[in-house]
Amino acid sequence: MFDNLDFDVIRRSLPYLFLDGMSFTLMLTGLSALGGLVFGTMIALMRLSSYRLMGRIAGLYVDFMRSLPLVLVIFWFYFLVPYIGQWLTGASRPIRVGAFTSSLVTFIMFEAAYFSEIMRAGIQSISKGQPAAASALGLTYSQSMRYIVLPQAFRNMLPVLLTQTIVLFQDTSLVYVLSIPDFLGAASKVAQRDGRLVEMYLFAALVYFVISCVASYGVRRLQARIAIVR
Amino acid sequence: MNYNWNWHIFFEQNPTGAGTYLDMLVAGLLLTIKTALLAWVIALIFGTIVGILRSLPSKTASWIGFGYVEFFRNMPLLVQLFLWFFVLPELLPRAAGLWMKQLPNAPFWTAAIGVGLFMSARVAVQLAAGIASLPRGQKQAATALGLTTGQGYRYVLLPIAFRIILPPLTSEFLNTIKNTSVAITIGLIELTGQARAMQEFSFQVFEAFTAATVMYLAINIIVVTGMRFLERSLAIPGYIAGK
Amino acid sequence: MKHRQIIGYLLAGALCTTPAMAQELTGTLKNIKDTGAITLGFRDSSIPFSYLDDNQKPIGYAMDICYKIVDAVKKELKLDKLEVKLNPVTSSTRIPLLANGTIDLECGSTTNNAERQKQISYTNTHFLTASRYVTKKAGKINSIDDLKGKSVVSTAGTTNIKQLTEANAARSLNINIIPAKDHAEAFLMVETDRAVAFVMDDILLASLVAGSKAPDDYVLSKDAFSKPEPYGIMLRKDDPAFKKVVDAATAALYTGGEGQKIYDKWFTQKIPPKNLNLNVPISSELKNEFAKPSDSPDPDSYK
Repeated sequence: MFDNLDFDVIRRSLPYLFLDGMSFTLMLTGLSALGGLVFGTMIALMRLSSYRLMGRIAGLYVDFMRSLPLVLVIFWFYFLVPYIGQWLTGASRPIRVGAFTSSLVTFIMFEAAYFSEIMRAGIQSISKGQPAAASALGLTYSQSMRYIVLPQAFRNMLPVLLTQTIVLFQDTSLVYVLSIPDFLGAASKVAQRDGRLVEMYLFAALVYFVISCVASYGVRRLQARIAIVR
Repeated sequence: MNYNWNWHIFFEQNPTGAGTYLDMLVAGLLLTIKTALLAWVIALIFGTIVGILRSLPSKTASWIGFGYVEFFRNMPLLVQLFLWFFVLPELLPRAAGLWMKQLPNAPFWTAAIGVGLFMSARVAVQLAAGIASLPRGQKQAATALGLTTGQGYRYVLLPIAFRIILPPLTSEFLNTIKNTSVAITIGLIELTGQARAMQEFSFQVFEAFTAATVMYLAINIIVVTGMRFLERSLAIPGYIAGK
Repeated sequence: MKHRQIIGYLLAGALCTTPAMAQELTGTLKNIKDTGAITLGFRDSSIPFSYLDDNQKPIGYAMDICYKIVDAVKKELKLDKLEVKLNPVTSSTRIPLLANGTIDLECGSTTNNAERQKQISYTNTHFLTASRYVTKKAGKINSIDDLKGKSVVSTAGTTNIKQLTEANAARSLNINIIPAKDHAEAFLMVETDRAVAFVMDDILLASLVAGSKAPDDYVLSKDAFSKPEPYGIMLRKDDPAFKKVVDAATAALYTGGEGQKIYDKWFTQKIPPKNLNLNVPISSELKNEFAKPSDSPDPDSYK
């Protein structure tokens, strides 16, 4: 079954796969998670704010993003981001945006919708007495959010946020459709150049599997520890 | 924005010679629905089996269930589709591999099965959680009534567990629909694929993507509304969702 | 009063501009000068026009031409340094990415036709090729009609897949058309028997066959889906200043004999990464075109 396979092709392409491909994937995952969390928290605060209209807009954004397949969103943004840049800066021509920046904007905007739902649940899990006590102490809304509510919400939701980040790590493989060399893109380029699809795709699957498994094991451990502390 | 908008493009003839660009998109929409439905049936069947395995007291059964879920959850869907589509036929005996590759609708079957199995792991997790959330008394009462384990699941545990997990199942079904779009990478021309084909043939990028977006939103609204009716009619009195 | 103001502005404007910068820079040229960078779009597997070598660096005939254009732009803008950025494109993303400013020049194997010229512009033609298909000899496909009812692959976003789609409808061939992301992927579909044929420009097919594991297994069709059509490097539409610089650069390259040298380097000598020699001497049509460079989309004008 494995008689005419050449696993040496993997060894030969390791530097390219990891130094270029995996570093792109990890960088995209890390920055998108960070950006998504910041944006997501802002959206969650908007949704929970007492201004109806703001809550409605944030809610619409979340529902809209969650209705669309990521592949379609990736296409939309890759073609649209330069025009958005032009509109934001008032330039006369579309802004030049590279493949990495474009994917980063896409994933931040897309993941923000998912992170915001997690943060919303986290904020709602804090008992009402806490912000009430904060305001009794004379803290403003933003102070009570910053020092009391958000740190706890973030801590309580950390396992869920990390699990979503693992999903995000897997989802970044979809930039393959734009021919951007992330880990899977790099693997497929080698695979197609050398006609070694079987070896390269099995290897890519293994790498994703091991990383995700280790990461979700870590999240389970973390979850157990947090549970004990409480 | 220096872009030539042309909303009439939808009513212009497409190069396949069969109808307009709008017809192309509608054909894509139908294929998306068809693939998603088949994938969902597969996800429900396998998800139920694995979900039950995970909830059984047997160590081996729950270990198999755990392994299954971990296998399908820890690889990107795109990579899983590549494994089914590009790798599997090469590892099979030559004749079987060739038969698989030359199936007239190979991308469709691969997508439905690939997405179905991927989603089945998620259904299994939801179902196992649903069963675990039932009071222990339910299972004990079933045993006391003389029901076998199989009967207990069939008549007592599963009917309630499924009703409890209906809301998360709705969102998993929506995920199934969205995930079929990943299959454009193995040549399935569903809605996103047709929008891209339209972009390539007509150069009207944003019109094509806008139409696809509207169609996905429409499916979403229809599914969410439909499921809300279903939830209401299946609600069990006494539970939060019930009256 | 108003008139005087306008005249005043005009005078002030005329006095302020230096003779070297007689016109205010616009469009792509201004963008390049402001950012000090130009972005080239390249392909994964358009051998030998634009493809990745062993170090995953884009190389090829069209890339060489683009680097010459970059030199000319640098000279025109009197820049000491011009950074060249590279962005991967596919057949289906190249036109939107050019239009939205992600890339400034597309250096690959893009067919120049009248329909696409409504969206983007081309500089002078650098190659001429017809649309054909490749099959395995064992498949015994002798004409387009033999493809009836079979699975045929082509690259998404190319003129070839459009011609195949149209022929399929016009001749009711009932072909199952599979779109692939790029040429290498499409060729692999034929190599692994997933499709019986791959419809593409003949020069790209010949290169893929030559670089395959068993070149003798494949045969290129005699039947063609099109006349030999011109390839051009794409640039944004409605940017006459930039087009003028690019056209002048390519025209000088082709008429001065250097174009022929670059051509020979990629088509009649060994090329990386597999040290193949494609052995495709320059055609008389392309030779004529090099003598009188043109960006015409009309295949007949190259006869």
